[in-house]
Amino acid sequence: MTPHMLTRSLDRSATIFLAVVAALGILIPLSNLLLPAGSFLQVPTYLVALWGKYVCYAILALAIDLIWGYCGILSLGHGAFFALGGYAMGMYLMRQIGTRGVYGNPVLPDFMVFLNYSKLPWYWYGFDMFWFAALMVLVVPGLLAFCFGWLAFRSRVTGVYLSIITQAMTYALLLAFFRNDFGFGGNNGLTDFKDILGFNVQAEGTRAALFALSCLALIIGFLICRAIVSSKLGKVLIAVRDAESRTRFLGYRVESYKLFVFTVSACMAGVAGALYVPQVGIINPSEFAPGNSIEAVIWVAVGGRGTLVGAALGAVVVNYAKTFFTSGVLAPYWLFMLGALFILVTLLLPKGIVGTFNAWWDQSKEKRNAAALASAAAEDGVTEPKMAE
Amino acid sequence: MPASLSARLCSLALSLLLIAFALPAFAGPFEDGVAKFANDDFSDTEEAISVVAGSGNKLAFPIISALQDGRLMADPDSKKVYVTGADGKSIDAATGEAVASVPDSASAVRLNNRLRRSVDAALGSLTLQSPDVGTRLQAAQSVFKSHEETALEAVDAAIAKETNRSVKAALGEARAAILLFKADASELEKLEAVATLKARGDQEAMALLTGMGDQPASVTKAAASAIGSIQSSLAIWSSVQNAWYGLSLGSVLLLAAIGLAITFGVMGVINMAHGEMVMIGAYTTFVVQEVIRTRYPALFDYSLLIAVPLAFVVAGAIGVLIERSIIRFLYGRPLETLLATWGLSLVLQQAVRTMFGPTNREVGNPSWMSGAFELGQITITYNRLWILVFTLAVFAILLAMLRYTALGLEMRAVTQNRRMAASMGIATSRVDALTFGLGSGIAGIAGVALSQIDNVSPNLGQSYIIDSFMVVVFGGVGNLWGTLVGAFTLGIANKFLEPVAGAVLGKIAILVLIILFIQKRPRGLFALKGRAVEA
Repeated sequence: MTPHMLTRSLDRSATIFLAVVAALGILIPLSNLLLPAGSFLQVPTYLVALWGKYVCYAILALAIDLIWGYCGILSLGHGAFFALGGYAMGMYLMRQIGTRGVYGNPVLPDFMVFLNYSKLPWYWYGFDMFWFAALMVLVVPGLLAFCFGWLAFRSRVTGVYLSIITQAMTYALLLAFFRNDFGFGGNNGLTDFKDILGFNVQAEGTRAALFALSCLALIIGFLICRAIVSSKLGKVLIAVRDAESRTRFLGYRVESYKLFVFTVSACMAGVAGALYVPQVGIINPSEFAPGNSIEAVIWVAVGGRGTLVGAALGAVVVNYAKTFFTSGVLAPYWLFMLGALFILVTLLLPKGIVGTFNAWWDQSKEKRNAAALASAAAEDGVTEPKMAE
Repeated sequence: MPASLSARLCSLALSLLLIAFALPAFAGPFEDGVAKFANDDFSDTEEAISVVAGSGNKLAFPIISALQDGRLMADPDSKKVYVTGADGKSIDAATGEAVASVPDSASAVRLNNRLRRSVDAALGSLTLQSPDVGTRLQAAQSVFKSHEETALEAVDAAIAKETNRSVKAALGEARAAILLFKADASELEKLEAVATLKARGDQEAMALLTGMGDQPASVTKAAASAIGSIQSSLAIWSSVQNAWYGLSLGSVLLLAAIGLAITFGVMGVINMAHGEMVMIGAYTTFVVQEVIRTRYPALFDYSLLIAVPLAFVVAGAIGVLIERSIIRFLYGRPLETLLATWGLSLVLQQAVRTMFGPTNREVGNPSWMSGAFELGQITITYNRLWILVFTLAVFAILLAMLRYTALGLEMRAVTQNRRMAASMGIATSRVDALTFGLGSGIAGIAGVALSQIDNVSPNLGQSYIIDSFMVVVFGGVGNLWGTLVGAFTLGIANKFLEPVAGAVLGKIAILVLIILFIQKRPRGLFALKGRAVEA
């Protein structure tokens, strides 16, 4: 990434966004660790974990915005990539438990001892090493997205058809991971983690560090997305979104562009999942539920598709609302509100919060410019006939 | 054994003879037999059992079954025997007259293991000649299963008297099962038995043939060939069974998907709230049944007939409302429609959850839909059969509607070329609303049918939505025949994969196959050709 590309890709809202995320990423952990517990400005540990979760969702939303907002691919299965990344991290964390499990087996995780596994399944090999798990966090979702996308884009499966088969994909994975003999803990998933890279996952310091890391990942993810969408490649992606056939007739290999961006997006979702798991302390098959993926799409729609900043903002806003409403007396009404959000945003706010704001800002700027121009002209004593009419 | 057998036969014949002439007032052999229970001596009791069981007296069955349950009270002083019922009322065992109370000196007649066996055998033969056909058939089948040698004479006696053909066949099979295991049966009898079992040809017959132990060489050979032929016929029947299950699943899928095929095919609208229309139909059935239960219980058997049009109207009206208030603003934006209707499905689910509670609601089967019948080696339940018939009827009606009515003509015109249809004076927005209403209404009547085989809960629709989309995508959009073929293909493929791969893996395999299939034919099995698909 050249400095030139960086500066070109940063406009005002992006700069504000980066500044805010960086500030949060530094201030929240510091306030949590340094200030005395109970003081007014101290952020309690549970809030650090909660906001860490939101930041992970924001990364997932960025990944979805990259393909939906800029390439027109509506994936209803991005939760699957998120969950796969989470499972890769979960497998590393399970291997770190070692003899501290209930059964004290040095190699086999508890659920395997419980299910009478005699030895570790081959696909669990290597997950005791962090670098391998970290690699798998990128490789597994990326590879699945690559194979799936290669098949789908090559045969020109587009629009709602693609949405439906991505949904079928995550549904199939949901069913598979629910099976006990699939080797990923079945119904209960992976949980009861002890430590990550030698640090206790429950410790305040680890949580604060994970939060800071999530913010860093969000910043890096955002910069990568900005770099992609503001490059020439990004222009082609937007062309594919707006007129796929025309782009193809102009000589671009549409499927290669789509495949690239789809795979990148899946890897980002995987990273989000990997950061999510140590902070919430569990990963189970319900993360594959089709409903989760669709909910992630609505975060992007609320924030504003095709704006990147909006996607991240939407994820935080919707999830904050969810936490707020599902914990109080309003809990039974949350689904009404979420449903209404889906309907109202698509009907009344198709550009989302940020998109609408940008449109309004541009418009008012134009007006201001025109007014400034007119007043300048009046001061010069020259009347413009058109303005006078 | 032969001695006691002949003695028992003699006493049986004698008592039968005497019963014909004896008047109840006189102390006949039956009364003497009953009195023997009062001695409370095991050998006397055994004699009494055989006399009573062979008497043909209508009190025989209550007495022996009371003996089995320890409800037969005998007074050793007066030599009187009483049958006490479960309801506390007692009768005199010899005369059948009701008695006010059993004397305190009376105690239950005791049994030992040997006697228990004779009690069982006596009860078996008594039920074999019961006046009720169903009881006789059941008794014959239970003898077939136990194939106790002691039951042979009772079976033979029953065969001689039996007039009902299916009971007679069951008795013949029971006899064959007994003879096969009887050590002193002749080779000829055994060969006949093997032939009878081969004709029966089911799992149980095969179990008997494989477990029959040492037999003469000719019998073993005959049994081996019988086992072979049973196995091949069973394999065929299991395929037939799978095909039937597949057809049944296919009919459910078709019913759920057919409305979707209309909205998706004609309007290009992805309706994620389609499953909730199915759910609304099911809840309409629930409400109809509740009203009938409390107000007009006699109408219960007609509840579904009442619910079908109501569910169509309710779900259809909600469909039209949705189209007018939400979907019409989103035409040409299929992905947004998808999201908005998903939100709608959340709202509808939660609304139903608030109104009816989150738990399953009880929807009953009318009498004509419960039960099952046997067809060869497979069991077909009436509710599945009716749903198949109902689905095909709905499909036929829909097809006829599209072909022969004015609305159908307009719908097809709009599907093929919306702008041209509008130019010809068709009010396309009205057609859209009606089409969406029609699709939703059909989902509603699908809900009536599904309420008979599935749990009626707010999540009912969710479980069908992905499957229905698979059917529509697999079959091809805009073609009802494609939906039909798609539904039955997926249903049958699913049920044939299930025994091989297990239910969950089978389902995953189907999903993966569809994903691969779409690569090959992105527009489904029966794709519309021409410019319509590019729109």
